[in-house]
Amino acid sequence: MAKLHEYKAKQILARYGIEIPKGEVVYNAESAFNVAERLGGKCVIKAQIHSTSRASKGGIKFAKTAEEARKIASEILGSRIDNNLCEALLVEEKVEIEKEFYLGFIIDTVLKRPVLLFSEFGGSGIEDRAETTKRLVCSVRHEPTIEQIKTICSDEGVAAILQKLYRLAREYEARSAEINPLVLSGNRSFVALDCRISVDDYAVFRHEDLDIEVARELGHTPTRLEKLAWQVEKNDYRGTFYFVEIDDEFKPGIKIGFHGAGGGGSMASLDAAERNGLRPACYVDTSGNPPASKIYRAARIILSIKGIRGYFLSGSGVASQEQFILARGVLKAFLEERPKIPAVLRLGGNGEEVAKQIVENFGKFLPMPIEAYQKNHSADFCASRLRSLIEEANENSNFEELPAFSFEGKLYEFKTKTGRIIFNHSIFEKVDASYVVEACPVKILKKDEQGLPILAIDPADAERGKCIECLACEFASWEKGFGGVKVEFPIEGLEDGNSN
Amino acid sequence: MAILIDETKSVIVQGITGREGSARTKLMLEYGTRVIGGCTPGRGGAQVHGLPVFDTVEEAVRNLGRVDVSVIFVPAPKVKEAAMEAIGAGIPLLALIADRVPLYDVLEICEVADEKGAKFVGPNTVGIISPGKAVLGMIGGSAEAARSWFRTGCVGIVSRSGGLSASTGYYISQTGLGVSTICHVGGDAVVGLTMPQVVEMFELDDQTELIVVIGEIGGLQEEQIADLVERGKIKKPILAYIGGRSAQTGTRYSHAGAIIEAGQGTWQSKVGRLRSAGVEVVEQIGEIPEKARKMLKAS
Repeated sequence: MAKLHEYKAKQILARYGIEIPKGEVVYNAESAFNVAERLGGKCVIKAQIHSTSRASKGGIKFAKTAEEARKIASEILGSRIDNNLCEALLVEEKVEIEKEFYLGFIIDTVLKRPVLLFSEFGGSGIEDRAETTKRLVCSVRHEPTIEQIKTICSDEGVAAILQKLYRLAREYEARSAEINPLVLSGNRSFVALDCRISVDDYAVFRHEDLDIEVARELGHTPTRLEKLAWQVEKNDYRGTFYFVEIDDEFKPGIKIGFHGAGGGGSMASLDAAERNGLRPACYVDTSGNPPASKIYRAARIILSIKGIRGYFLSGSGVASQEQFILARGVLKAFLEERPKIPAVLRLGGNGEEVAKQIVENFGKFLPMPIEAYQKNHSADFCASRLRSLIEEANENSNFEELPAFSFEGKLYEFKTKTGRIIFNHSIFEKVDASYVVEACPVKILKKDEQGLPILAIDPADAERGKCIECLACEFASWEKGFGGVKVEFPIEGLEDGNSN
Repeated sequence: MAILIDETKSVIVQGITGREGSARTKLMLEYGTRVIGGCTPGRGGAQVHGLPVFDTVEEAVRNLGRVDVSVIFVPAPKVKEAAMEAIGAGIPLLALIADRVPLYDVLEICEVADEKGAKFVGPNTVGIISPGKAVLGMIGGSAEAARSWFRTGCVGIVSRSGGLSASTGYYISQTGLGVSTICHVGGDAVVGLTMPQVVEMFELDDQTELIVVIGEIGGLQEEQIADLVERGKIKKPILAYIGGRSAQTGTRYSHAGAIIEAGQGTWQSKVGRLRSAGVEVVEQIGEIPEKARKMLKAS
């Protein structure tokens, strides 16, 4: 779920007519001072981070004067709470509390229905709230009536707020939403003091107004690479690319890049890596038949993680998806980057023979060993192989140079869905283009009268997706030992700055 | 007898003219599934692999007669509409293949399917295969691979992971055992047919003698299976594996359902719950075939 910050969640509550404390979000101490002054000096300052124990870790503080608000703000801003960098603060009026309630909305995955929750005991640190919480199972198609809601909450005013909570959660496709506490304030009105809303990752595309940076439940503030990875994934529905950095510096083991293929197989492989003394610096999954372009970008992003000493690719072992697509994507990244780390690729399933052949053919162009295994080798075996390769550290100092592509001469290029392909026609005047043309599995290439490779279809169709970005043409040219084909899949922002 | 799919069931494909729809129709036909037609709005009258294409499911049903299953190969944002159409046309079983279907769309499909007595597998399922009989979706990737990977036999497999569904079926077949049906329920937080429901189907299936459950962190499906066993609803032996032992709380591991929330659905709690109900749990996926063989010998 994509978690919303408190201030954003509260803006939504206000739009649906639920009262929230007066206040503003600020990004520097000076603004905190100004807002506090407008509120009369006395205020509460709340770090805008995703942490369940914000209050006990110094993320919520009270100020008696605007000057004090400035001091507190300067202390919190830029600090880390639960490993989350605090970059924004909510400065709010202090609300007098007479009574605190808990209001919630969840999706019950067993009943497969939305459920409204109400407890007369709100606030934090209520251990046994579960026992006092009343549940109303709702329909996702019909808003519950006030009469229905009153079966779990007798107060008409609170029932109306519960109905609004249902409405906003339904409309924003919330995985969960809670107001805790809703307080009865001195002037007898109800005010939402704190609020958490998580939106379904898969519905984020329907709620652009939420401005969600990374639609993934990461458990932490997105890192630079996580943001880059989400840009790769966001609008490309061909297969799935999942990327999470794992910040476990204190754990023992050799730091490696981990690349899974298929959710369940990835998780099993992650466990196998840890069992064999490896410590994945990331959890990556490319699955659901992604194009080689997506796999290539995943591999490039993994390789840019600092300090990894090996690369482990392992999926379910018997995958339906074609393994040579995976092999090409990863190999292209390795051939371009030539990282000084060994790799073990467990490529089991359809097309595994071809995949293994690709790895064997191109290993000689790399400075460190790269090994491929198939469906009859377990994830544990492959993880232990990688560990041995890392420990042996056999560098191949005379690795061969891949035939280079030259931008000199006559160039022919066309766009693909997420990149471009360039043929150097001057080179094809000397070598036969048949290998490249025939390598294309979707037959969108042909030879023109001079025998030079060109598109056989409208370039606009190639860009719309007729070119499936499988890298077959580029690998065919390399296999024949000439560099007449260049495929470019840019990753915006990867080259700038260092990891993290 | 196998469950959910066999060679007698008539099947249509929604989105049959698309890249995936067309390729997987070929796989299903070549494996022996009785695919009788398909639909794509605006493409009525066309043919795909010799099968008639209709504009709507309604029209397909009117022209083709009884349809038992619709396999839906449309992109995630359009799955709800397609599923509603199939349910509306009275098709009793759907398979929703797409990944990233919005949760509220799935919830709506659930409610309507319940009202009309329809069932669905998925979303985000690679499908179902009853080896030697028929396949729905894309398990195996090609008919040839599916034939060489899976043997017919007495082990029923239900899984929340597509890849591990296929690999477990393969490794089981390699040891000389065989498979009655493999059902991938999908990796999402809310799915149509759940693992406990499929386990109940295996219990009633005369071909199945051992049930293999491939679970993972998150949700309560594995705990529900433990409940069924404790209440005496399942008499057949169950062998389980739970993925995600090294997972961290609050982080999702690819599958939308694979997340530990509020301390619920951890690896430890699932394994503990299953074991206390008397279910055999292995810690490595590779231990499954040997263990399965031993359990079958003993029973």
